[in-house]
Amino acid sequence: MSAEIQQPAIAVRDVVVGFGDRVVLDHLSIDVQRGEILGFVGGSGSGKSVLLRTIIGLLPKRGGTIEVLGRNLDNLDDDDRQAIQRRWGVLFQHGALFSSLTARQNVEFAMRENLHLSDAQMASIATTKLAMVGLTAKDAGKMPSELSGGMTKRVALARALALDPEVLFLDEPTSGLDPISAAEFDVLIRTLQKTLGLTVFMVTHDLASLHTVCDRIAVLAEGKIVAIGPVAAMLKSDHPWVKSYFRGRRAALIDPNIHNQSI
Amino acid sequence: MVGVRLDDLLSSRHQNHRLTLAARGAWTARNAGRLAALIAGLPPSPAGQKAQILDMSGVEELDTYGAWALEQLIGARKALGETVEVKGLAPRFTGLVEAVLQARNEKPIEPARENPVAAWVVEVGRTASEAVTDLKYLLNMLGAVGSAVIATLKKPSSFRLTSTVHHIDRVAWQAVPIILLITFLIGCIIAQQGFFHFRKFGADQYVVDMIAILVVREIGVLLVAIMVAGRSGSSYTAELGSMKMREEIDALSTMGLDPVTVLILPRVTALIVSVPILTFLGAMSALYGGCLVAWAYGGMSPDIYIARLQEAITLDHFKVGMIKAPFMALVIGIVACAEGLKVRGSAESLGLQTTASVVKSIFLVIVLDGLFAMYFTAIGI
Repeated sequence: MSAEIQQPAIAVRDVVVGFGDRVVLDHLSIDVQRGEILGFVGGSGSGKSVLLRTIIGLLPKRGGTIEVLGRNLDNLDDDDRQAIQRRWGVLFQHGALFSSLTARQNVEFAMRENLHLSDAQMASIATTKLAMVGLTAKDAGKMPSELSGGMTKRVALARALALDPEVLFLDEPTSGLDPISAAEFDVLIRTLQKTLGLTVFMVTHDLASLHTVCDRIAVLAEGKIVAIGPVAAMLKSDHPWVKSYFRGRRAALIDPNIHNQSI
Repeated sequence: MVGVRLDDLLSSRHQNHRLTLAARGAWTARNAGRLAALIAGLPPSPAGQKAQILDMSGVEELDTYGAWALEQLIGARKALGETVEVKGLAPRFTGLVEAVLQARNEKPIEPARENPVAAWVVEVGRTASEAVTDLKYLLNMLGAVGSAVIATLKKPSSFRLTSTVHHIDRVAWQAVPIILLITFLIGCIIAQQGFFHFRKFGADQYVVDMIAILVVREIGVLLVAIMVAGRSGSSYTAELGSMKMREEIDALSTMGLDPVTVLILPRVTALIVSVPILTFLGAMSALYGGCLVAWAYGGMSPDIYIARLQEAITLDHFKVGMIKAPFMALVIGIVACAEGLKVRGSAESLGLQTTASVVKSIFLVIVLDGLFAMYFTAIGI
């Protein structure tokens, strides 16, 4: 048990991912500790989503190893892989809700496949889960095309949490939300992370969520992690991209103190 | 009276007219089904006991499912007029249990169940009234295309020539091999069947007449129209539908461009140009197939076949076939585009509308063929 606690939830070692002759991730290594929220930032097209998709197995890698919850994902047979997949939840950038199912059926989907529960029990649990992310029973009966952007993300989060995963992957959870909904969503992620003891790997562009939610931040540039640590460490970093990101104009709008240090 | 029920998740103890419950082990998702069954099967409390004690100190793991089961237990007892006192819950679980208890104020709403007979009658009525709406919608689309044609005639520079040529390439040029193959095979089959059956009463010579009239007047154009409806009509519907889903059509309108002129007119024009060409090629291919079978199976030399063909086919037969082609193309184009614009947000609706497009255009093409047959009979050709 104690060995498991010390082990990181996600351990990425020397991973290389490329498309054609373009290398996106170049011998990248990163650890995500159990019970932490790691924010993952980088410029558009720097490969943040590529890393996320590589970890969850949607993209092939050219080299390196990825361990999730202490299991090397390359050495798993189909059953073990499914068992690991049941222990993580993924929130896709645009929600990726099944458009032919209602919000509640979307949440029930994974339960139906994996657990032995009656329909009434599943309905009850799914409604509870949707209520936990702030949706009413009335919203639960809506089709994805009838949901607003913020509600879609909430349903997607409830679906990612359907089987009570240990690790949660979030791909730009607050993009496309207004600042109020985004702040609510940040609080929601923080609360759920605390109550459920989740490990969260969050790809984001949102400076505000990085400041309020993340325990640590990792910065991806030129295919490598160029900085990792809490916000304070980011503000001290000398890497030009990190500097302009955390001490640039947008950052100054959020925290005017930052601007004084920048020059 | 002492009664004890033991289970690794939930055990009950019945002693001195009091029921006490003790929870143990992993109250997690994988045990959720068993937990629910155990809770449903709990023995009733002895008369007079209004408060139960649930000892949760043995619980090692608890997730949302466990918290939900706990809530179910409390709820079930509350329904019996009892209260449950939870004891010994580890501090690390209290936040989760509180969150779930709070969330459980939301009860699932079950959609109202309908009487199946009434639902069927409603469905029939709805379909019937939709048939009328559909017809209006198609006429609307026809009108919109008509007005786009007039607008284009007034201002020819607004016609999308590049787009039209691109669609002709896809609808006509790329379809040539498959159309030639299919009509060739049908020509062969008609000839073979003709020789096989006509030979019985010595009417071999007339097989050529049958092939010629059937292929040139009916089968050629009908087969091509059905192929085009399945091949190009469906792709039009899917394209326009996915453009509708991604708001591309709305974007066009807001830029002051008419989606009918930009998207639909080039597609319909391409069909009207392409289907007659394909019909002609298809008919030639079928006649060629018939010729080969007549030679190999019917023992009729190609010279005789061609001579018979010249006698059998008049210009009128050829005209009848070709005149129908552009009208069928128009029907396919209008139906395909109209169905494409009906697509709503979901992937399911895209599929439904694509199916509807193919089914409706094939149906209408056959109806149109029937109407033409009546008309040509009436005018005597």
